[in-house]
Amino acid sequence: MSTTFDYSNLDTILRNHEFKSSNIIAILQDTQECYRYLPKDVFSYLSEKLGMSRAKIYSVATFYENFSLEPKGKFVIKICDGTACHVRKSVPILEKLRSHLRLSETKATTDDLMFTLETVSCLGVCGLAPAMTINDKVHGAMTPEKAMELLNTLKEEK
Amino acid sequence: MLHNRNELINVRNTYKNSFEKEKKRILICAGTGCIAGGSLDVYDELIRIMKAKGINCEVSLEKEPHDETVGIKKSGCHGFCEMGPLVRIEPFGYLYLKVKVEDCEEIVDKTIVKDECVERLVYTKNGEIFRKQEEITFYKKQTRVALEHCGHIDATSIEEYIALGGYSALEKAIFEMSSSDIINEITESSLRGRGGGGFPTGSKWSQVARQKEKIKYIVCNGDEGDPGAFMDRSLMEGDPHRVLEGMMIAAAACGAQKGYIYVRAEYPLAVNRLSNAIKQAKEYGIIGDNILGTSFSFDIQINKGAGAFVCGEGSALTASIEGKRGMPRVKPPRTVEQGLFGKPTVLNNVETFANVPVIINKGAQWYRSIGPRNSPGTKAFALTGNIENTGLIEVPMGTTLREIIFDIGGGIKDGKKFKAVQIGGPSGGCLITQNLDLPLDFDSLKKAGAMIGSGGLVVMDEDTCMVEIARFFMSFTKNESCGKCVPCREGTKRMLEILEGIVAGKGKLEDIDMLLELADTISSTALCGLGKTASLPVVSTINNFRDEYEAHIVDKKCPSKTCQKLKIIYIDTKFCKGCSKCSKICPVGAISGKIKASFTIDNDKCIRCGSCIDACAFKAIKEEQ
Repeated sequence: MSTTFDYSNLDTILRNHEFKSSNIIAILQDTQECYRYLPKDVFSYLSEKLGMSRAKIYSVATFYENFSLEPKGKFVIKICDGTACHVRKSVPILEKLRSHLRLSETKATTDDLMFTLETVSCLGVCGLAPAMTINDKVHGAMTPEKAMELLNTLKEEK
Repeated sequence: MLHNRNELINVRNTYKNSFEKEKKRILICAGTGCIAGGSLDVYDELIRIMKAKGINCEVSLEKEPHDETVGIKKSGCHGFCEMGPLVRIEPFGYLYLKVKVEDCEEIVDKTIVKDECVERLVYTKNGEIFRKQEEITFYKKQTRVALEHCGHIDATSIEEYIALGGYSALEKAIFEMSSSDIINEITESSLRGRGGGGFPTGSKWSQVARQKEKIKYIVCNGDEGDPGAFMDRSLMEGDPHRVLEGMMIAAAACGAQKGYIYVRAEYPLAVNRLSNAIKQAKEYGIIGDNILGTSFSFDIQINKGAGAFVCGEGSALTASIEGKRGMPRVKPPRTVEQGLFGKPTVLNNVETFANVPVIINKGAQWYRSIGPRNSPGTKAFALTGNIENTGLIEVPMGTTLREIIFDIGGGIKDGKKFKAVQIGGPSGGCLITQNLDLPLDFDSLKKAGAMIGSGGLVVMDEDTCMVEIARFFMSFTKNESCGKCVPCREGTKRMLEILEGIVAGKGKLEDIDMLLELADTISSTALCGLGKTASLPVVSTINNFRDEYEAHIVDKKCPSKTCQKLKIIYIDTKFCKGCSKCSKICPVGAISGKIKASFTIDNDKCIRCGSCIDACAFKAIKEEQ
């Protein structure tokens, strides 16, 4: 177990979920919210506190799409590629942002850890297709140009 | 804290009185869609302006209300999402569209002060003005049962829900009905599961009630994963107490003590509204121990999904609540016998639970009077895609596609031609012009090779390539396959490879038969519903649009001109100055030529990425289908 890692946040999270191993998904969700990803160090700590093998925790963390074992960017951009967004041309938006941020299907986060670009199957705001979210704030009726404008304002903000 | 039935009735009367004292009500849509459009700023601005003008306004129902007060509420989804942010003003029924902060002053001055309509904000079509929400064709043909409150009440207030008769069905169920009375009423109503399967709800409940186990669970499936569907999201956001009430009635009928609502992580607002509703209900003693002084106790907990479509399947969902990988298991034992934590479990969809209170209140006979005999009631649909009016609708079962698309939906966007409608998401099929007069209900859709699914209707116009759509859905299911059973894990991969080949112009005619054979094998051998229905979009597009498949394979052409890889990119020598910029930018070295002469593209090497088109300063590079 690492001595440099701050485990105090984890203790609060574990307490909120009553140290129950059946709450592992919620525990990992809160952990990710806190660190923006699941750092390697948390697995052994959670394993010890929950009496659950590291392999089991790892198996859950890798099964669900929302968990990330890699650090994510400060701004997480999700492009909706649900059916409604897809037929209203969401792919050109994704491609535009990808080429601008020099990202690809296999590389989702910029090296400076500012931006993570992902796709999501459906945000449920099909009425405003194509849609995207930036850190959970929904932006509707997007075009590649509008998405670039948003990106540029974020860059200025940082 | 309410200790008995009378106290609840008193609370209802108090707030009903407050509700009636609100002379005007402003309902601002606070669903995910309208919030994205800025509706919360409109809400704040309206309050600010009214306060500045000295108008009495209340954001929540007060026990002792002022006379002549104006209520201002955050409501659930009004459904007309494309036109958001939406503001409805009662008692007039005016619906203002695309409202901006700058419009607020005029709304207050005209409508709130002088009772006049702000005509520039209402819906117009072909020069006709529709001042009232109910006059708009989009709403006129709808029958709202499950969604009756969505957009009409404050989604964050238990008092308002109670004032409008909320929790009276629960009251009736626990004070006037026995467990078997409740189940009989639901069975007689012929309510069928709204999540897609269409299994009779009453018979599910009675199977759970029959189990001898002491511990039983009620689980609400809010893992609405089908891309293009958002009915459950709107219900959870817009009328959360109704979902809770439905679950509690199920618990009273089956003898369950604990309920779980499994909500997708992509729906943070729904989680928020439901948590708020549970907290309020606990404060009133409507959820908790010895509810309203009876021996009935029930608690509800929310579980957030973590991004796995397969968790919409019953046994995968319960595994996920237990903190495991969300993988389906072999059945039997069925969920009604051994579900969550190995105990008998009622697992119903959000919309199913939302229908329960009204059935208990108005009776099975009333419910059966709506829609066809075998699948009565209404169904909510999310109407999206290339359609004029996108949004959330609710119609009686048995309504035809034509009525939905052309009357309610206002036809195809930009005057294009209708091609198909995809129903039931990645496990559904497509319906075409010949099916337009088909009544939409569980049984007739099954016959047409499609399924109602959870209720997403994605409309496609003539510019949509059906082979590409089949590829899109297959890529979705391939990604979402949990990997437990071989037919689904490997089969969807192989089908996707074949489809990718076809849209890239590398298909063979035998591929179509191979797809159908694979589809047959996967659907008869896969473990769960995800795999069993994964091939439906492919089979249904082959059946209806075989010519499009053949055009991709034989002529190497995409009839709707959308498949990128079938495009031919060439350099028009008339415009080319020989600057060589394109050959430098080409990632695969497909462009060659002499500087200051002209360049050519080797179409065998070209991957049709289009980088050269953007790079050419002389617009010399063109694409052709």
